Amino acid sequence: MSNSTPHRRIRTLDEPGKPWTFWVLLAVFVAYVLALYGPMFCIYILSFQDLRGGLVFPMKGLSVHWFVDLFTQVRTGDVKGGFQRSIVLAAMVTVLTVVGSFMAGMAFRQRFKGDTVVFYLMIGSLVAPGLVLGIGIGMLFQYFGIEAAWYSSALGAHLSWTLPFGVLVMFAVMARFDRAWEEAARDLGASSWQVIRMVVIPILAPGLVAVALFGFTLSYDEFSRSLQTSGSLNTLPLEIWSMTLNVTSPSLYALGTVTTIASFLIIGLCLGLIAYLQRRRARRVAGA
Amino acid sequence: MTDRNRKTGWFFAAPLVVVLIPFFIATIAVVLIASFLEHDGFGGMIASFTLENYADLLRSDLTWKLYLSMVKFSVLTWIGTLVIGFWVAYFLVFHVRNPLLSIGLFLLGTVPFWTSNIIRMISWIPLLGKEGLINSTLRATGVIDEPLEFLLFSDFAVVVAYVHQLTIFMIVPIFNSMARIDKRTIEAALDAGATRSEIMRWIVVPLSKSGIALGSIFVLSMVMGDFFVVKVMSGGGSASIVSALFEDIAVLQYPPAAANAVVLLIVVVVVISLILRTVDVRKEITR
Repeated sequence: MSNSTPHRRIRTLDEPGKPWTFWVLLAVFVAYVLALYGPMFCIYILSFQDLRGGLVFPMKGLSVHWFVDLFTQVRTGDVKGGFQRSIVLAAMVTVLTVVGSFMAGMAFRQRFKGDTVVFYLMIGSLVAPGLVLGIGIGMLFQYFGIEAAWYSSALGAHLSWTLPFGVLVMFAVMARFDRAWEEAARDLGASSWQVIRMVVIPILAPGLVAVALFGFTLSYDEFSRSLQTSGSLNTLPLEIWSMTLNVTSPSLYALGTVTTIASFLIIGLCLGLIAYLQRRRARRVAGA
Repeated sequence: MTDRNRKTGWFFAAPLVVVLIPFFIATIAVVLIASFLEHDGFGGMIASFTLENYADLLRSDLTWKLYLSMVKFSVLTWIGTLVIGFWVAYFLVFHVRNPLLSIGLFLLGTVPFWTSNIIRMISWIPLLGKEGLINSTLRATGVIDEPLEFLLFSDFAVVVAYVHQLTIFMIVPIFNSMARIDKRTIEAALDAGATRSEIMRWIVVPLSKSGIALGSIFVLSMVMGDFFVVKVMSGGGSASIVSALFEDIAVLQYPPAAANAVVLLIVVVVVISLILRTVDVRKEITR
């Protein structure tokens, strides 16, 4: 996430009071946030109806019936299995994305022969329609006689999207990195590996957590790249998709509520980690 | 360029390249090859060269209709996300003076991104539906007698769902490039007597260009590659290229689907390169 600018004390624009643009834009922002959260809160509320509940307001009763239904009914599919697979897959994607993006970020700091080709291939992989890549990967695996599975072909399909994304985030993070620190370390006799391990990685750590966060969510939520690559066992978005086609009860909303809670637990963990890393760094700097 | 430089460059780029070779280059190659093969109608592919798949595709009225609707949705969504994204980012960077509050509000705007897209899309149903919240409220207050049919399962609903899902991809890069504008530049412009609109035109917009370009790349590529939003939110009234292509896959007609995919890919690449021409994204973000 972006750091505060060092010039925040300098007042800009009209000093006394707020300009009229402030109020207009505040209204825009509030409207945006309401439109962002409004619909989601509707389904969270509607998921707590009782047996009579339908897909629209008014709310009928209050119970956790549809949550029980979600995990016990056969027709709602294998939500639990899909959830577990998605978590494991997203965790693998996250680790590989952080390592790959960090290294690619380091690579692109200097020019090397063929760097433009790699860069544009990466952009290509980023913008290619997910389902098209999924279909191609499915055919590729079929051709070589390898069975498509969520931990192999889907993993690759996800990386073809999370890695370019992560590298772009790394670019933004590294643009704020002052190379003077590296040079200072080198002047003090640090080896290349020591510079990376003891200077670059600790300074970039919050940015790396941001990459991890992106990698995790993009994978955990990826649908079109998984459709043709996850083999016989579904990931969570595929389960959600088949539910939207087959289930017309508030179970669907209950699933929305559950997955949101799971996402929030994960983002909370990551933000906690960022805060912890920053505090540790502040302590170290203060103690030094 | 030193030899050492080149070696470390490739060493660090290796993981990226190792992923891109099988999962992008080889994959696209497979799709390209398949698009030139004949199919037997039973899921098999016959290894003989034909242009029939492309000819069929380009002769079909449906193809042109789908591309036309893709252009329509892309433009509307791009305008919607750009206008909202730009002003939200501008508000957060230039009007919220407390930096901690600014980051907090930024996160508030990004949190829904961490939840399922499909869930976020269907969450419009209880609002926009015939019996939905908007219609029932409008009817209860006597504004309308009949429910507004255009709200759900229509082009309107498709654009709403797209903007709802994708504005975040505009806000993040624009916020990032705006946050790096040195506030002293604006001070100096003010001191030199620049008006609000001049500052916007000569400082803020040019310096946010890379963010706008990056956001546009994300948004447009996702609209053009969309599978489910049009399918669900239009109520089956229209389809996206990808969902049409998937119909072929579902009946194992791989070569026609592959030809369709290749054409789509070309269109996407052309659009994205046009954006990349306006701004050197790599230089801008690594500057």
